[in-house]
Amino acid sequence: MNLDFSDDQKFLQEEARKFLEKENSISRSRSVLESNNKVDKELWNKIVDLGWTGIRIPEQYDGLGLGHLELCVVAEELGRFLAPVPFSSSVYLFTEAIINFANEDIKKSILPKLVTGEVVGTFAVAEDLTAPTKENIALSSEDNLINGKKIAVPDAEIATHVLVVAKTKQGTSIQLVDLSANGVGVEHQENIDESRGYFSISFDNVQSELIGDDINGWDLYESIINQAAVLFSYEQIGGSQAALDMAINYAQERYAFGRPIGSFQAIKHKLADMYIALTLAKSNCYYAAWALSTNSADLPTASATARVSSTKAFQLCSKENIQTHGGNGFTWEYDCHLFYRRSKLLSLNIGSLSNWKEKLVTSLEQSNLN
Amino acid sequence: MDFNDTPEQAKFRKTCLEWLEKNASYKDKSSKGDSFANKDLVQEAKSWQKKKYDAGWAMLHWPKEFGGIGASPIERIIWGNEESKFDVPKGIFEIGLGMCGPVMMQYASEEQKERYLPPMAEGKEIWCQLFSEPSAGSDVAGLRSKAVKDGDKWIINGQKVWTSGAHFSDYGILVVRHDPELEKHKGMTFFFVDMKSPGIEVKPIKQITGGSSFNEVYFTDVEIPDSQRLGEIGDGWKVAITTLMNERLAVGDAGGPDVGDAFKWAKTQDSLGEPILNNKAARESIADWYCETNGLKNTKLRTMSALSKGDTPGPEASITKIVSANKLQDIGNFGMDSMDMAGMLKSDDQDIKSFQNAWLGAPGLRIAGGTDEILRNIIAERVLGLPQDPRADKGLAYKDIPSGNS
Repeated sequence: MNLDFSDDQKFLQEEARKFLEKENSISRSRSVLESNNKVDKELWNKIVDLGWTGIRIPEQYDGLGLGHLELCVVAEELGRFLAPVPFSSSVYLFTEAIINFANEDIKKSILPKLVTGEVVGTFAVAEDLTAPTKENIALSSEDNLINGKKIAVPDAEIATHVLVVAKTKQGTSIQLVDLSANGVGVEHQENIDESRGYFSISFDNVQSELIGDDINGWDLYESIINQAAVLFSYEQIGGSQAALDMAINYAQERYAFGRPIGSFQAIKHKLADMYIALTLAKSNCYYAAWALSTNSADLPTASATARVSSTKAFQLCSKENIQTHGGNGFTWEYDCHLFYRRSKLLSLNIGSLSNWKEKLVTSLEQSNLN
Repeated sequence: MDFNDTPEQAKFRKTCLEWLEKNASYKDKSSKGDSFANKDLVQEAKSWQKKKYDAGWAMLHWPKEFGGIGASPIERIIWGNEESKFDVPKGIFEIGLGMCGPVMMQYASEEQKERYLPPMAEGKEIWCQLFSEPSAGSDVAGLRSKAVKDGDKWIINGQKVWTSGAHFSDYGILVVRHDPELEKHKGMTFFFVDMKSPGIEVKPIKQITGGSSFNEVYFTDVEIPDSQRLGEIGDGWKVAITTLMNERLAVGDAGGPDVGDAFKWAKTQDSLGEPILNNKAARESIADWYCETNGLKNTKLRTMSALSKGDTPGPEASITKIVSANKLQDIGNFGMDSMDMAGMLKSDDQDIKSFQNAWLGAPGLRIAGGTDEILRNIIAERVLGLPQDPRADKGLAYKDIPSGNS
C-alpha cells in the first residue's frame, strides 16, 4: 500500500514551490491581471528553462521522459501560486494530445520544440454559449482546410499552435493548426480572471493537419480531458490550500471584540469546513493521480471524482477566504479576489461543476457501481 | 504509487483471511446489525471474542502477556479490513478494548493489569466508560458526581449518562469530582469500578430509534478502594483526555446505507414514470456522496501508506465522523423521499428499513463521541492552529461556575 508520492517527486514539488515563491508568482499574476499582456513571458521562459514543459515528453524527443505524477506535483504548485503562464494549455492539453495521438512525423517536428519553448500549444473546443458536445460542433474540416470560429481559447496570443475540435463528413476530428497561417484571426475576450488570457479564434479556409482519425475525434478529446482533469484538480487543491492558509493567518492576526477572530466558533467552523473539503479533494486527487499514471480503466471515474471534489473545495476555500477577511477581502488591494477569480476560471475551463457531476454519474452507470 | 501489499503484508492478510473463512461467514443481506441495543448478541459476541483470543487475533497490538501478539499498526488495519467483511459481533467490546484497555495499560498497577487485561481481551469481562453527565456533555469537565475519601476507600455519589453497554458491563472507568473548591479541570480524579458494586443502578435510555444502547447510571454511596484509582488525586482530567484521544481513533465510519446503496436503489425505484436515477437532483446528490465516500476511503489509504512506511499519519482522519454521519443522514432522507408518500410507512423491505433506520439513527452519530461542533473546534484548534475560545469559567473554583438550571 503506497498512496503517496516518491521522495524524488516530493523533491521536485519542493523545488517548484521554492522557485515560484522566489519569483513572486502571485504578484506576477496580479500584474498580468492589471495589464494588457495576458501572460508573464519572463516567468514562462524561466519555466521552460527548468525543463517542466518536457516532463512528459519522451527522451527520444529531447524531453525528460518522466511520468504524470511529476506533472501532478508541479501542477499543485502552479495552482498554489496562481502562475500566469500557458502551462496547462500547452502541457496538460496540447502536449498530451500530441504524445497520445499524433503521427511520428508530427511528433518529431513538434515535441522537441515544446521542450525548448519554440512551440507553445493550446486547445480549442467551445463555440457557443452552451457546453460543447459531439453533436453541436459546427466548425468544419474538409480536405485539410478548416472554417469556423472557436471561443474561450486559453493563451492563444502566446501560442504558436492550436488543436481544434472539428466536424468532419464522417464524424469529428482533432486538427492541428499553425496559428501564423493565413486566415487565422485571434481576438482577446475579457474573462472573469484576467490573469489568464482567453481569446476567440476565427478560421477562414485555414490549412490543418489531422491528429488521430477523422471519425472519432470527440472520443480522443474526451480522453485528453479525462487526463487533464486530474492535473487541473491538482492546480485546484494547490489554490485551495493557499486560500485556506491565507484565511488561517488572517484569523490569527486580526482582532475584534478584544480577541483574535480565529477564536470565534463562527470562524473556526468555517475554516474547519474548508479543511474538510480540501482533505476529501486531496485524497481523491491522489487516487486519480494513481489512475492517470497507470492508465487504469478506472480513470474516467477517478478523474471526474477528483474534478468534482477539487472544484467544490477551491470554490469554497476562495469564497470563504474573502468572507474571513471581511471588508478587506472585498478590496482590490488584498489577494483574496485573485484566488476567487482563479477558482471560477478553473471550475469552468474544462466544463462546469454540474456537467462534471453528470459525467461522474454516467461513468458510474457504465462501470455499474455496486 | 501502488495499492499492493508488501510480501509480508500479503502473507499476513492471507493468514487473517484463511482463519476468518474457516471460523465465520461473509456478510450478506441477512446479516444482523452489530449494535449495543441488541442484548441477544452478548453471548454470541463473547464466544466470537474468545475464539479470536484463543487464536491470537483478539488484541493484535497488545503485548503478549496480556493476550496480544505485538502486531504493527498496519497489521491491525489489515486484520480490521478483513474482519469487517465478515458477519461477526464485535461492537460491544469496542469501548472496553479501544478506550478502557489502553488507560488501564497506562495507569493500573502490574497486578491489576495481569488481573483485568487478559479477561478483557478474551471477552470474558465487558467494560464501559462513565464520563458524561446530565450537565456535562460536550463540556465533560463540567461533571459534578462526587468522590469523598474515607480512609483507604472513596464514596461516590452522582449520576452518569449516555453509558453505552452499562447494562451488560462488568467494569467501568469513571471520572468524578473530588474537590469542588478547586478549578474545574484540577478537581477531578479517575477510577475503575466494579459495575456490580452495591449502590450502582443502571437504567436504559430509550432513544428516538426505539432501541436502547445507552444508559443512565446512578451512584448512591458506592465504595471504591483507593487502589482502583488511576493516576494521582487531581489528575482525573489528564487521564480522561488520554482516553478520549483513543475514543476519536475508535469512532470511525458511520455504518448503514452508503452511496452504492443509494445508486442501486435509484436505478430501480420509479418516480413520476421513470427511475429516480434519471432525476437531475438525484444524480447530483449521488455524485456528491460518491466524492465524499471515496474522499474518506482514499484518506484512509493515505493514512495506511504513512503507517506502512513507519511514518506518523497526519490529522486527515479527524474528518471521518463529521463527513460520514452527515452523509448517512442525507442518504436515509433521500431513500425515504424517493418513495414519496409511502416513504413514511414502516415496511418489511430491507432497503426501505435501512434508509429509515439511517435517517432515525444518524442524529445520534452526529452527537456521540464528539458532536459535529466539537469536532470542528478540534480541527480548527489542533489541526489549523487557531486560538482557543476564551472561557467564562477560567480560574474559578468549580463551585462558583454558573451552571444554569440543569
